[in-house]
Amino acid sequence: MLAKRIIPCLDVDKGKVVKGVKFKELKNAGDPVELATLYSSEGADELVFLDISASLENRSTVISLSKEVAKVLDIPFTVGGGIRSVDDAREILRNGADKISINTLAVKNPNSINELASEFGSQAVVVAIDAKFKNGSYEVFIYGGTSPTGIDAVAWAKEAEARGAGEILLTSIDRDGTKQGYDLNLTKMVLDAVSIPVIASGGAGSPLHFLEVFRIGADAALAAGIFHRGEYRIREIKEFLKKEGVQVRL
Amino acid sequence: MPVALVDTGVSNLTSLTNALSRLGFTYETSSSKILEADAIIIPGVGSYDAAARKINLIKNYLLDAIAREIPVLGICLGYQLLLESSEEGKESGLGIFKGRAVKFSGVKVPHVGWNTLENLKEDKITEGIKEKSYVYFVHSYYPLLEENVAIAETTYGVKFASIAKKKTVYGFQFHPEKSGTVGLKLLENFLKLSK
Repeated sequence: MLAKRIIPCLDVDKGKVVKGVKFKELKNAGDPVELATLYSSEGADELVFLDISASLENRSTVISLSKEVAKVLDIPFTVGGGIRSVDDAREILRNGADKISINTLAVKNPNSINELASEFGSQAVVVAIDAKFKNGSYEVFIYGGTSPTGIDAVAWAKEAEARGAGEILLTSIDRDGTKQGYDLNLTKMVLDAVSIPVIASGGAGSPLHFLEVFRIGADAALAAGIFHRGEYRIREIKEFLKKEGVQVRL
Repeated sequence: MPVALVDTGVSNLTSLTNALSRLGFTYETSSSKILEADAIIIPGVGSYDAAARKINLIKNYLLDAIAREIPVLGICLGYQLLLESSEEGKESGLGIFKGRAVKFSGVKVPHVGWNTLENLKEDKITEGIKEKSYVYFVHSYYPLLEENVAIAETTYGVKFASIAKKKTVYGFQFHPEKSGTVGLKLLENFLKLSK
């Protein structure tokens, strides 16, 4: 049976892993390659690297990061953050990343989803959606959660699927860094709207939060701070989930 | 012991070459090296027709190697190229395994993530691998075989042969290079078959 995936996310700034609380107040938490190896040995099912600095600077650091990580890691990994063009995405995929995650690029140029999916296959294209609750619905934000778009998150998820996205990485800006749990309402709405896997993100603070989001049908759960701060080990969360009847890889 | 990696033009070979390096094997990606290889791997992620056209160009080399009992491993799309055909395209496959690749239905597509190897048969390839070990899958089409060549099966809506074997030819529907220690062990078992 297909297992539910737990995916640590490493926010990378100038080659170092950091974790933002509500996308601000960054604090340093370690070396990406070292952390990647550690998480893999602890039972991470996949890893996501989000280059939070890349929107403004250094493309080459994220490419060399992909190369270095691919050398040591024997589980899949995704690279995202600040991918501004199809060429950037292509370069990252050619340097060892299994998937790229695009957010601002996908909104600004939706055809980039089609282009990347036809060249690399849908499995390599993750569309990341940062959503914020506003007037009874969820709005898509771009540029690292700073810029509203007026686009409805659920409708956008459907369009991304139609254009060839292989997975949706859905982050609740409201929950990110709060430790209050995933936004189950948002996640459920997107799960009901698309038939590709959905990775829930933003707000994980305890093993119970993973259980809740898997129970409503999320295919994978992404988390950062809970692991980086050492509050819970991945294995610990997986053992809890297994006890609760969730299929996990242990 | 050189391993020939067949470049189907659509694959990202990086993770596979990294895995081979970790296991201490050297590899060649030039198709002329197929004739000298001790083992051949056909990787593959991407579109069936594009890959099938490439593979058919070197079909005779591959059939010759198979006749000489050189171990051949098709991974993911590479496995599906060993079938007769695929619903994904119009081109023919190599027809080593009788059957075709068909699209999943009634489940989320693609089938992404860690799933189990079940009903393992005793074989050199499964040495040291436990029943229900997890490996990493990413695919939208699965092998629907018309002969009993399964060494391991996996269930995702339907049950399919996640490892198939005929003489010295193997197909893995999952990605051993992305499947942690279990994947590396399977890859190592395959490479140990080379003379």
